[in-house]
Amino acid sequence: MGRYVIRRLLQMIPVFIGATLLIFLMVNVMGDPIAGLCGERQCDPATAAQLRSQFGLDKPVWQQYATYMGHVFTGDFGTAFNGQKVTELMGTAFPITIRLTIVAIVFEIIIGITLGVITGLRRGRPVDSGVLLLTLVVISVPTFVTGLIVQLLLGVKWNVISPSVSTAAPLGELIVPGLVLASVSLAYVTRLTRTSIAENNRSDYVRTAIAKGLPRHRVITRHLLRNSLIPVITFIGTDIGALMGGAIVTERIFNIHGVGYQLYQGILRQNTQTVVGFVTILVIIFLLANLLVDVLYAVLDPRIRYA
Amino acid sequence: MRAATHAKWAAGALAVALTATACGGGGGSGGGGTDGVLSSSWGDPQNPLEPANTNEVQGGKVLDMVFRGLKRYNPKTAKAENMLAEKIDTKDSTNFTITVKDGWTFSNGEKVTAKSFVDAWNYGANLTNNQRNAYFFGQIDGYTAVHPDSGKPTATTLSGLKVTGPQTFTVKLSQKFSTWPDTLGYAAFAPLPSAFFKDHAAWLAKPVGNGPYSIDSYTKGSQMSLRKWDNYPGPDKAQNGGVDLKVYTDNNTAYTDLTAGNLDLVDDVPASQLKNAPADLGSRYINTPAGIIQTLAFPYYDKAWNTPDAVKVRTGLSMAINRKQITETIFQKTRTPATDWTSPVLGTSGGYQAGLCGKACDYDPAAAKKLIADGGGLPGGRIQLSYNADTGSHKDWIDAVCNSINNTLGNDRACVGRPIGTFADFRSQITQQKMPGPFRAGWQMDYPLIQNFLQPLYFTNASSNDGKWTNAQFDKLVNEANAETDTQTAIKKFQQAEGVVRDNMAAIPLWYQNGSAGYSERLSNVALNPFSVPVYNEIKVS
Repeated sequence: MGRYVIRRLLQMIPVFIGATLLIFLMVNVMGDPIAGLCGERQCDPATAAQLRSQFGLDKPVWQQYATYMGHVFTGDFGTAFNGQKVTELMGTAFPITIRLTIVAIVFEIIIGITLGVITGLRRGRPVDSGVLLLTLVVISVPTFVTGLIVQLLLGVKWNVISPSVSTAAPLGELIVPGLVLASVSLAYVTRLTRTSIAENNRSDYVRTAIAKGLPRHRVITRHLLRNSLIPVITFIGTDIGALMGGAIVTERIFNIHGVGYQLYQGILRQNTQTVVGFVTILVIIFLLANLLVDVLYAVLDPRIRYA
Repeated sequence: MRAATHAKWAAGALAVALTATACGGGGGSGGGGTDGVLSSSWGDPQNPLEPANTNEVQGGKVLDMVFRGLKRYNPKTAKAENMLAEKIDTKDSTNFTITVKDGWTFSNGEKVTAKSFVDAWNYGANLTNNQRNAYFFGQIDGYTAVHPDSGKPTATTLSGLKVTGPQTFTVKLSQKFSTWPDTLGYAAFAPLPSAFFKDHAAWLAKPVGNGPYSIDSYTKGSQMSLRKWDNYPGPDKAQNGGVDLKVYTDNNTAYTDLTAGNLDLVDDVPASQLKNAPADLGSRYINTPAGIIQTLAFPYYDKAWNTPDAVKVRTGLSMAINRKQITETIFQKTRTPATDWTSPVLGTSGGYQAGLCGKACDYDPAAAKKLIADGGGLPGGRIQLSYNADTGSHKDWIDAVCNSINNTLGNDRACVGRPIGTFADFRSQITQQKMPGPFRAGWQMDYPLIQNFLQPLYFTNASSNDGKWTNAQFDKLVNEANAETDTQTAIKKFQQAEGVVRDNMAAIPLWYQNGSAGYSERLSNVALNPFSVPVYNEIKVS
């Protein structure tokens, strides 16, 4: 197991370099960012040249990349156009987005799996059809529509929550945005769990367990659920990365100053340093989440062994 | 064993969820405090917050509260009035003697002297300080030495600036510019305290100025709290306890917050909400003219647009655009059809001439079709209107303009929009002269002078002459106007120059833009100045 984990960690190095290079090139293709800094007028050539050399944009792309990587390994992710260190931006943005993601994942696990188990055990009954229909609706409605409707109803009409999240973004204010963010994945988790449970419910070991005279809840939690969770865990694991990077829409709607907002602004201003820095961290999180999922397989199913 | 771990996990997750919901009970704690502090929407300033480095409205908002310069533009009439200037004398429109009023201090107690201005201007002009607004000092003698087009600067101070006494200094311009004192209300000309130079990083973290507000706390990218400065010596003291500027990720969210009562002031009503704003806010919705004009510029570096006959095509295109309909349906009357190339905020005395464009700006499909045909038709048979798709609602109106042109010409493919992903890319394609046809050009005035609407946009190789239009007669008239010592004669000359722009249809004027804002019931006496920035110091909080 230990050797497996180490091997996986080593594999991350080329992925990391490749990903940063790709993003670096992509942002570079977008053109000259300096032109956007002077409003509706041409930057005077001397100031533009000065800014270019300050941000290292006057060098060839490969050299820019090499210097950037050199700095990254010393923990320096560069400076945004407004003079703020990118690490400083990360320091404020990531905790908020991580909090939001945790809220979303907790919702997925609790609501998604519970609904999945209930519907899976009662296949074809009204509960099942009802939940299936509901998930269909949730999946087919885009997040921004859900977000805006929830914001309007809860925030403006009924005054239950504040429509925008404050700067500090405490956990309490993130409940509703987290639920909105989780909604689509939640529906998928429900459907995945339901299918998996329904399928395993007919298997031999469940019948054996029932025949042994085990109490029903024990059959479900220890035997049925544990074996049915593998596809669900895979989904949730990959979803962590998707939720963190894909929160752009939700963060904009609810005024959350997290990763999505910083990325959006970085792209608009073509700020290579911000975009590459944030995406790099997201790539690492995605890789780690995947590793965690693979390790969890072995915990859930002892037949799976890594050597 | 494993089951136990499982249970622990579930219990842990449940506990988290429960505590979270418990915290969620509170929330929604009103807009601002009770001490007369109002909250206002804000956007993250693009550049570091220094006077000579801020060229967009979000940073400008802060500078307007924290700084006072030699002149200040009257929030209602847009006239430049003396603020810190006791007097500005000149005999020849080249050499100016400026006397700074006594008794002004920065909020850290330091006295505002002639040196505060000269040091600030020298800093702003110096190439090594990377100031985006450095060219504002371009008219001062010695600018090319501190800010050469290439290479290193050979001097650190402008030779045209001399401190002659504690409160007096002289300015020598490199050429005559009669209305130069009126440009001094621009934020780039603000004085700076010595703390700015001594500990620059600390100053940037919490700027110190001489305006009616001082900065209480500043969290970059999220919030700035400004509080009334009680010892402010100026006549325009703050009428409220302070302003909390809150960065919003999206102006729609800010608007929603306003309607929910969590925010006091939104100075940028999103285009999608303009239709609802009068109903949502009633009299708390304001829509007043600002010094902004939108035009369509042409790439004169492209031979097809630079022929003697092309003027007919341009005029024809102008007449093919139904300005009235577009401003009413898309912009809900927050734009007014343009009839000249300046802005109504200048006032007739400032050089604004309603109806100067004449028939060429009236919607007349028949005449338009004929003119375009006479001019040899659209270059290449069709035109592409370029715009940046990331901000504003440019796509909506560009499509409407194209639609209007297509209907006029009876050809569905005569005009199409050409979106460019980001503003930076849009600007960079313009700078590299890569525009394949007409493109969006917007101009927000730096200072309320007719000069500012003409010279930067149409003078040969001027900084915002994006289409590279050039006309010897126009240049001559502008130079003459700047050399004129009498303001009224100068304005007449500028109007003649504007006539040249009209005769050549150098750019198609589309509409004058208004500033729009909404505010909560707690506020009164809210107004926007001609720069579409709220006049914060006059707002009353109940």
